[in-house]
Amino acid sequence: MLVIGAYFLMVLGIGFYLKRFTTTGEDFFLAGRDMTAWIAGLSFVSANLGALELMGWAGAAYQYGILATHWYWIGAIPAMLFLGIVMMPFYYISKTHSVPGYLKLRFGEGARATSAISFGLMTILMSGVNMYAMALIMQVILGWDLSFSIWMSSLTVGIYVTLGGLLSAIFNEVLQFVLIWLGALVISIVGLIETGGWAGMMARIQHNTGGGDYTHLWRTLGHFSDNPMGIHWTGIVLGLGFIISFGYWTTDFLVVQRVLSAKDLRSARLAPIIGASFKMFVPFIVIVPGLLALAVLPFKLVGADEAAATPGLHSYNEVLPLMLARYCGPGLLGLGITALVAGFMSGMAGNVTAFSTVWTYDIYRALIRKNATDEHYVSMGRWSTVIGLLVSIGTAYLVMRSAGIMDYVQALFSFFIAPLFGTVILGMLWKRATPAGGFWGLLLGTVSSIGMWAWVKIDPTALRYVAMSADAKAMAEDMYRALWSWLVCVLVTVVVSYATKPLPEEQLVGLVYGCTEIPGDGDIPVYQKPMFWAILVAMVLVILNIVVW
Amino acid sequence: MHEHKGMISIWFFIGILLLFYGVVILGQGLYELSVPPERTVVLASLHIGIWWGVLLLVMGAGYSYHFRPKKG
Repeated sequence: MLVIGAYFLMVLGIGFYLKRFTTTGEDFFLAGRDMTAWIAGLSFVSANLGALELMGWAGAAYQYGILATHWYWIGAIPAMLFLGIVMMPFYYISKTHSVPGYLKLRFGEGARATSAISFGLMTILMSGVNMYAMALIMQVILGWDLSFSIWMSSLTVGIYVTLGGLLSAIFNEVLQFVLIWLGALVISIVGLIETGGWAGMMARIQHNTGGGDYTHLWRTLGHFSDNPMGIHWTGIVLGLGFIISFGYWTTDFLVVQRVLSAKDLRSARLAPIIGASFKMFVPFIVIVPGLLALAVLPFKLVGADEAAATPGLHSYNEVLPLMLARYCGPGLLGLGITALVAGFMSGMAGNVTAFSTVWTYDIYRALIRKNATDEHYVSMGRWSTVIGLLVSIGTAYLVMRSAGIMDYVQALFSFFIAPLFGTVILGMLWKRATPAGGFWGLLLGTVSSIGMWAWVKIDPTALRYVAMSADAKAMAEDMYRALWSWLVCVLVTVVVSYATKPLPEEQLVGLVYGCTEIPGDGDIPVYQKPMFWAILVAMVLVILNIVVW
Repeated sequence: MHEHKGMISIWFFIGILLLFYGVVILGQGLYELSVPPERTVVLASLHIGIWWGVLLLVMGAGYSYHFRPKKG
């Protein structure tokens, strides 16, 4: 309790301390745009290291084996490098406050409104997922009441974000990042000692799972029925590696907002690359504990519904707390729980800061009150933080009735993120894309995604068309749905663009490749150039994939 | 690390918290040497709390000192 209490005091103290540095809209919504590449990069990764990452993926590693690592490697690193090298210059040079803000500059008000409203909705739902996941952990480990946990953490996040805005969120995310590593690393180290190292862990998994292949990353992806996830390599490479991953890491404003806070273009390009280098090793504190649980736990974990219905059974999502309790005495257990709480709070803070910015700049200022003072918008930012949190709390209570946290979140990603990526990438790289093309592509891409989801819900046999196999599991279905909705978005954008009048090139300066002069890195040594580090990170990624092929 | 004038570095806050955690976790680990806990954990013989406490203590002290607020 002492360890957890100290953490809460520190994050609140940081919020109160930073209030004096947060006076203008630029301070509140973009942390004054003067973060270094390191701070922006760590915050970029940390904002994503919420409940979903820590609890969900450790559970997914137990459920699907090492295949879950794809979400950290091919499902994140290429997209993060692409953001730094190719896309960041357009976001940064256009001086936009948000991703919907970029769409306004490129495609006009229709595309902005569609993206801002869908993003706002997704963010609030994600925040509710975070809250629920946290409350569940507290209930399992400390016996805390679900409602008490939800309200306590929301209140803390609400106070420090309302006081210091993005600046406060970023500071706390860096703090949380360090705590998450120090708290969760213990499990992997002690666990690998118990199993006699990596080879020992793999041998035990193979013995415990009785023939199912949980230990290879690529080797079993030749057919849907050869691996525990029921997915084909095309789904991993195209659906996850290309669409979902690029959609999330390059257009989800929750993460992009952190990079926009960088102090100059070079820092903004380096930040995602620094983030990628840390992200690449996060599986060591998330996936490895899930694999260790497969190797050493003397009982089987089950799905959330079955665990809830049967006293004494534990669900997949409880992997991390169970492993913490296995290896850690009171002091270390406190640190581990603090790491989990820190993860939950960073995810929640990420959602509310992004929501508050998009609400204030892209919905309230764009559609409701256009010409108010900067002070008024900062005040609106603070109020929308509070209201966003209250709506999230409502969502958390709804999620309590839902089956699997992961499937729920993945479904959301494919509704909104995949078509948005289609619109943004065409907007940045294709001069001919018109405002009407951008708007209709985004709208119909999103509608098609929701339509496919509803189709499978109503008629489960439709899975063989949507996911190309009746063997496909929920995650595989999400990946293919993302791929199809992206294709619908791109197709509609291209067709409508050719049918409508193109924008004059002078309107596209600073927004589109081919019309924008991107400033070089200047006369600096090669090891300070973003491209150098991007190539290095890509090489390490290839090596890691080969090692666990 | 940050251009806001006069702002204390985030690494200082992190250092202070780690220092505190180091003291608490190392203290708990040392206490358990003389008074073994009722609930034993797997591989308790490693005394991981002591090692981890020392690590946090050293990191915390280093960060707190290096990034301490400076006048002017």
